[in-house]
Amino acid sequence: MSADSTTKNPAPKIRAAQTRLLRRLCEACAVSGDESEVRAIVLAQVRPHADDIQVDALGNVLVIRPGRGRKKRLRVMLAAHMDEIGFMLTHHDGDGIFRFDTVGGIDPRQLPGKSVWVGHDHIPGVIGAKPIHLTTSNERKSTISIDSLRIDIGLGSNTKVKVGDRATFATKFSRVGPSIRAKALDDRLGVATLIELVKHAPENIDLLAAFTVQEEVGLRGAQVAAYAFNPDVGIAVDSTPAMDLPTWEGAGDGGENSRYNTRLDAGPAIYLADSATLADPRLVRHLVDTAESANIPYQIRQPGGGGTDAGAISRSRSGVPSISVSIPGRYTHTAAGIARVSDWRNTLALLHTALSTMTPDLLAIDR
Amino acid sequence: MKSLIQELVETISPSGYEAKVRELIRTKIETLADEVQVDALGNLIAVKGGNESSAKRIMLAAHMDEIGIIATHIDEAGFVRFTTIGGVSRHTCIGGRVRFLDGTQGVIYYEKLENTSSLPTFSQMYVDVGAASRKDCPVRVGDVAAFDRDFSAYGDRVVSKAMDDRIGVAVLIETLRKLKKSPNQVYFVFSVQEEVGLRGATTAAFGLDPDIGIAVDVTRSGDTPKGHKMDVSLGSGPAIKVRDSGMLSDPKVVDWMVNTADDAKIPYQLEVLEGGTTDARAIQLTRAGVPAGCISIPCRYIHTPSEMVDLNDVKNAIELLLELISQEVELG
Repeated sequence: MSADSTTKNPAPKIRAAQTRLLRRLCEACAVSGDESEVRAIVLAQVRPHADDIQVDALGNVLVIRPGRGRKKRLRVMLAAHMDEIGFMLTHHDGDGIFRFDTVGGIDPRQLPGKSVWVGHDHIPGVIGAKPIHLTTSNERKSTISIDSLRIDIGLGSNTKVKVGDRATFATKFSRVGPSIRAKALDDRLGVATLIELVKHAPENIDLLAAFTVQEEVGLRGAQVAAYAFNPDVGIAVDSTPAMDLPTWEGAGDGGENSRYNTRLDAGPAIYLADSATLADPRLVRHLVDTAESANIPYQIRQPGGGGTDAGAISRSRSGVPSISVSIPGRYTHTAAGIARVSDWRNTLALLHTALSTMTPDLLAIDR
Repeated sequence: MKSLIQELVETISPSGYEAKVRELIRTKIETLADEVQVDALGNLIAVKGGNESSAKRIMLAAHMDEIGIIATHIDEAGFVRFTTIGGVSRHTCIGGRVRFLDGTQGVIYYEKLENTSSLPTFSQMYVDVGAASRKDCPVRVGDVAAFDRDFSAYGDRVVSKAMDDRIGVAVLIETLRKLKKSPNQVYFVFSVQEEVGLRGATTAAFGLDPDIGIAVDVTRSGDTPKGHKMDVSLGSGPAIKVRDSGMLSDPKVVDWMVNTADDAKIPYQLEVLEGGTTDARAIQLTRAGVPAGCISIPCRYIHTPSEMVDLNDVKNAIELLLELISQEVELG
């Protein structure tokens, strides 16, 4: 690490104001392709802190906070995706009952009986399920396909809701002791973190913040954002599942949980390998060294499947050294997830500290 | 040639962790090229030949990564759970051995199966490195390993892990060594992360913006007992790719290769590969598109620890490449 790690900009903190902002972000609806509600919140937050703000052709919010001083600076792109998984109405059957399709990775077994918010006005609806009074025991054993499910807004045909509107799970945000329970923590936790980093941008780097669209349908926003920024380094700030449950599928015969992915309260999850990216070992080292010397808890996300915006960034133009750092959360891509404030706080601290000590020397040795 | 191949294939460098093999290749080519550089993802790029503005820019690509595994969990008893890097087959793992970057060796086995007639899944397998506890285990989560198998030569047929695509690397090194002069500006790209999706060639091609692209990689053969039908066999010459599942070679590039081989009396075969693709696809699709093709070394038992090629095909691939790049190119 370099010696000139000081920055005039104080380290960001997670306090009541940040939690209130996270609440607004999580309760906003921004299913992939229609991120306007979250984008409006992001723009209002970053405007007082940056001169160079653009909304690009796909809807990404691109914010540049140039560093200061004569020394050569790394251009570091950070990406957090604004979109979330959800639903799109595909056909009006009449009487306020709509066929729908899923947007992004959703297990259909999660759906029957869930409340939803439809459209920009958050019209309440429900994914109707056949009451137990009328089901047979065989029906209760099998999964219900999306084709036979409907979203019912209970309003008859005289409504503004129309085919093409998006819907999300209708989950209010709540704080529960050390935890947060909300929908769309993937990746509003990342968005909230990146907003703080923009507000407290270290001066030793050029910070290129991308609040991206359409991550959940294939890293599409990050692909064009990375092309536009043409950065030296890419970091995705995302959310990843924690499956550190007291009991798990393999525990029956004394087996230990070997597929937890990440654990709650164990700190930011640093990636080595997922389906989209083999993280740059120089960045892995920098993050791990930063965490250890600053006494910030961290964990290694188990190598495995999945992908983040880092995949798109790393393959941009002639290649960008990239990595992901995620905040762990239980029950990702369902109606409600659980995350720990401590992990959010430590992720913000790790990223801010690591960015504050990044110099071009980091890339002086070959990958 | 055999000793070069042996050095290359016995080096452990799975996708994303190519530093060791890159350093080995760099020592072999440093004095042969006009310029050698490493790009942001770790591709090693050597340039040689004409630098007039009229010179054609030809990109040759052979990937230096290999398939492997990465540790996901060390259990209390010191066994290593893992996931795969690239296209590893389950049936090649049982009883197989791996070697981690630090030299630690291990054997792969699996939990008791409910159904013994089916293969275990990767999550049912583990690596035993001889450790008795987690504390005792030298492997950490995220450590990577490649399959552990020494090089053997059965006459002209040579066998090893990682022949895919260190044999292509050997072809590029030898071609560079033998290339005295070229009117073209030739980029020898030793690419990274091919086995996980042609990632190195994708970004290298964007950076180099070539006029023509040629990958040198292995292809399957159809010459084994009750094997799948394919009109490619070991020892019948390098295969000029016409298509694979990811690319339709540019017909002008195919004609160029065929005519050159005919004129120079170099044996060759035409290749239509069902399943698999090469760095040539990534080059073809970069920027506004690049005429691309591939010279393949026929190879048996691809993605097993015992990949077999014929040295005569290797020799003829080098001859063909040399003929192609040392003359002025005018694609029809």
